[in-house]
Amino acid sequence: MSAEATEQTANHSPLPTVETARKLGLLPEEYDRICTILGRKPNFTELSIFSVMWSEHCSYKNSIVWLKTLPRDSDRMLAKAGEENAGLVDIGDGLACSFKIESHNHPSAIEPYQGAATGVGGINRDIFTMGARPIAQLNSLRFGNLSLPKTRRLLKGVVKGIGDYGNAFGIPTVGGEVYFDDCYNVNPLVNAFSAGIVEVGMVAKAIAYGVGNPVFIVGSATGKDGIHGATFASEDISDKSTEKLPAVQVGDPFMEKLLLEATLEVIATGQVIGIQDMGAAGIICSTSEMSAKGEHGMDIDLDRVPTRQPNMEPFEILLSESQERMLVVIEKGKEDVIRGIFEKWDLNCEQIGTVTDTGRLKFYRYGELVADVPADDLVLGGGAPQYHRECREPAYYQEFKRFNIEDVQDVQAGELKAVADHLLTHPNICSRRWVYEQYDSMVGTANRSTNAPSDAAVVSVKGTDKSIVITVDCNSRYVNADPEEGCAIAVAEAARNIVCTGGEPLAITNCLNFGNPYVPEVYWQFVGAIKGMKKACEKFATPVTGGNVSFYNQSSDEGPVFPTPTIGMLGLMENPENRMTLAFGQEGDALYLVGQSNNDIASSEYLYSYRGVKASPAPAFDLEEEFAVQQVVKDLITRKLIASCHDLSDGGLFVALAESAMAGQLGFSVQTDPAFRKDAFLFGESQSRVLVSVRTERQAEFEAFLGSTGAAFSRLGEVTSGDFRVDGETLGNVAEAKGLYDNSLAKLVE
Amino acid sequence: MKFGVVVFPGSNCDDDAVHALRDQLKQEVVKLWHKDHDLQGCDFIILPGGFSYGDYLRTGAVARFSPIMDEVIKHAERGGYLMGICNGFQILAEARLVPGVLLRNTSQKYVCKNIYLRPESKSALITSELEDRAYKIPIAHGDGRYFADADTLKRLEDNDQIIFRYCDENGSVVESANPNGSLNNIAGVASERKNVFGLMPHPERAADPMLGNTDGKLILEQLLNAVLV
Repeated sequence: MSAEATEQTANHSPLPTVETARKLGLLPEEYDRICTILGRKPNFTELSIFSVMWSEHCSYKNSIVWLKTLPRDSDRMLAKAGEENAGLVDIGDGLACSFKIESHNHPSAIEPYQGAATGVGGINRDIFTMGARPIAQLNSLRFGNLSLPKTRRLLKGVVKGIGDYGNAFGIPTVGGEVYFDDCYNVNPLVNAFSAGIVEVGMVAKAIAYGVGNPVFIVGSATGKDGIHGATFASEDISDKSTEKLPAVQVGDPFMEKLLLEATLEVIATGQVIGIQDMGAAGIICSTSEMSAKGEHGMDIDLDRVPTRQPNMEPFEILLSESQERMLVVIEKGKEDVIRGIFEKWDLNCEQIGTVTDTGRLKFYRYGELVADVPADDLVLGGGAPQYHRECREPAYYQEFKRFNIEDVQDVQAGELKAVADHLLTHPNICSRRWVYEQYDSMVGTANRSTNAPSDAAVVSVKGTDKSIVITVDCNSRYVNADPEEGCAIAVAEAARNIVCTGGEPLAITNCLNFGNPYVPEVYWQFVGAIKGMKKACEKFATPVTGGNVSFYNQSSDEGPVFPTPTIGMLGLMENPENRMTLAFGQEGDALYLVGQSNNDIASSEYLYSYRGVKASPAPAFDLEEEFAVQQVVKDLITRKLIASCHDLSDGGLFVALAESAMAGQLGFSVQTDPAFRKDAFLFGESQSRVLVSVRTERQAEFEAFLGSTGAAFSRLGEVTSGDFRVDGETLGNVAEAKGLYDNSLAKLVE
Repeated sequence: MKFGVVVFPGSNCDDDAVHALRDQLKQEVVKLWHKDHDLQGCDFIILPGGFSYGDYLRTGAVARFSPIMDEVIKHAERGGYLMGICNGFQILAEARLVPGVLLRNTSQKYVCKNIYLRPESKSALITSELEDRAYKIPIAHGDGRYFADADTLKRLEDNDQIIFRYCDENGSVVESANPNGSLNNIAGVASERKNVFGLMPHPERAADPMLGNTDGKLILEQLLNAVLV
């Protein structure tokens, strides 16, 4: 049969060469491997198939060796990492949470609005393909210097793209992060996270089996958009990238909303064998992954795929990344069930083929066999290549470690206010209101953080007392300074945010944004980050449920972005009374720091942007100490000893105090500890510290309890009616601070 | 009272309306499918928020031609109660069931946040019994700028048809509290007979005590007085 395909294609055009393979992003040895697999030279359609399926985006060929070292098991895990479209975690009472994070960096760099919008669409399809109804979204965004017009254009486009898509789709965006650094000037990062709820036992699988079962394509028609998008995402960004505009997909949130409802309805019938969304690499990805998993094959008639334009080439239909489509295999004889449901929602629903026992994917166009490939050889875990890449420690790593705090002057008398204002207005710290007010954060009436802000977002699981507690975190400056410790900090901070909100960390999903993996220094960053993630995930018992790898985040001129392994963490709050806010509650409450202060300003926003010192190591961090602090905070919350709880992160203690004060429309008066430099005490970002406020009547019990645990803690001061005071010096009040903090980003962007 | 929540393709606040009315107000609620012609004996019809038919044309412009809207319009003409929230308000305006239009926000941006509302009409069912204070209610829209010509505005004022205005947290109707540039801070209006209500804010999003704000529940509870009318 394979000879048939060769001959027929040969009748139309000459077979492609290794040079064509190279242009499609394949290595010469990969071309040879394809010839061996097929037992002949591939035709152009087949070569295109291999090129997208063996791209980093689909095959993880340069990362899988290391990803396999991450912890992937716990009692709550209902799906192995990478086996389904998204992770699946048991949250009790017969329910599971499906969640995942994915990047859409390269499309967003070229066309920020559509790039970001389709990123939102793609991640939500991964969730509802599992049979889970999405209930909340987060996103993690990185841009370059805000003083550049290009950065402002990208930021506006990305935020509007996320908003327009997510708002119409109707799933709330309940949190996220936005960072700015020159390293993202050319290559912004757009990572989208979604979480959904499904009944255990109602989960749909991405699988195809049962000879003769019909294969349907549902949803949007297939157009020429996004062709070779997966290959495009596996290259450096260059001046020529704008020429790849057709590789960027266009999103339709209305279609996605209909597809959501129809998909959940058809899964609920119990007649679905398998279903997978069509994201990267389109039809070829879904047909091959579902077939390989079910150890079956498919015969597909490309003439029956609804298309947006006539005369599309076979490779165009196969590789198109047109959005809002799904591939569904159902039981033979139940065709009317699926047709009826999609008719109700006015969506396309076409049978395009059948499941076979050949293990091969055979694609027909105008009655001719145009491609014949073994499914298993296309996919990760099957025949897709896996590489060990070279690592080399970059020179800067040791240089950063030589940083000496004594070379930096401590804040002087009268300088505190200048630093405070610098931080409160800094784009990495100031309120993200300009961004999040463009997102519908309340649709679904489940967001419990709207009226009581917290370190992580709390989203009620309707019909139960439970809430999921979710967050995305990564300080990439720390990861750049020290990939292993920095990535461990990212996991620790995510866990800390969940714990400080009253949740129990359960599992993570990761979005690994790095530069070119063929650059040994970049790969060293990648390997270090994985090592750090591994040890932290093991410590917090938060296995990795899946995620995505995005390499090639770099430009040819300006080098790679900071290594940015964004951590999306899922937590669970069983008892709604454990919900903790970061907002101060009332004047006179006592303020305490739980955790140990340090003479450390390394990699702090203060050091980096106020002092202008870019070379310093990651901030002080000890995994055991972090774990101990989190256990203490959990106890403080369940014993109802604290009135508010806010972890210390960017901007250190001062910013935490200001944020808690502003959220509660109150102020604070604190004393610094002369045992530490003033800048380190107030603005240092050493980890494992939490700011809590305590009602005066609970103070004795609070101190006695903490004393019994042996945990480090110190009294800072108290909540005031509105003044911000440090060592008796007034640095302003809540109204002034809010004026600066709330409006800074809008001023910088507009 | 039996409520009916219309589901258009692209509606995304239909479940929230059902949740608030059924679980918080303990009322009978059914969903009404846009392709149907049957109101299933409902006394009170809700057009929920969302992006009906994608709203790629003008907001609400396609939805008003839905099959179910024939019956909804007849229901309103018979004096039946009808309320449109957000996209539902936009549909009511397109269908000329309430006066005025909803334009793009002056910021040109979608906005979602808590705002404050002051109840205005002393004669409309939805507001007549509310306290004279600021109610904290979420908004979430890109096209919420209420506009009407001078004659219409005068009729609205004279006939006590303005049901809510945007205000600050102290209840003062000031420009700084206007989130979208609405004419005279108008957030909601009633029809001339005061049986049809349109409002941009989402009271159904502030009805569950779990979310820490139940001002919306107080507003929705006013609708139950319709039983007595």
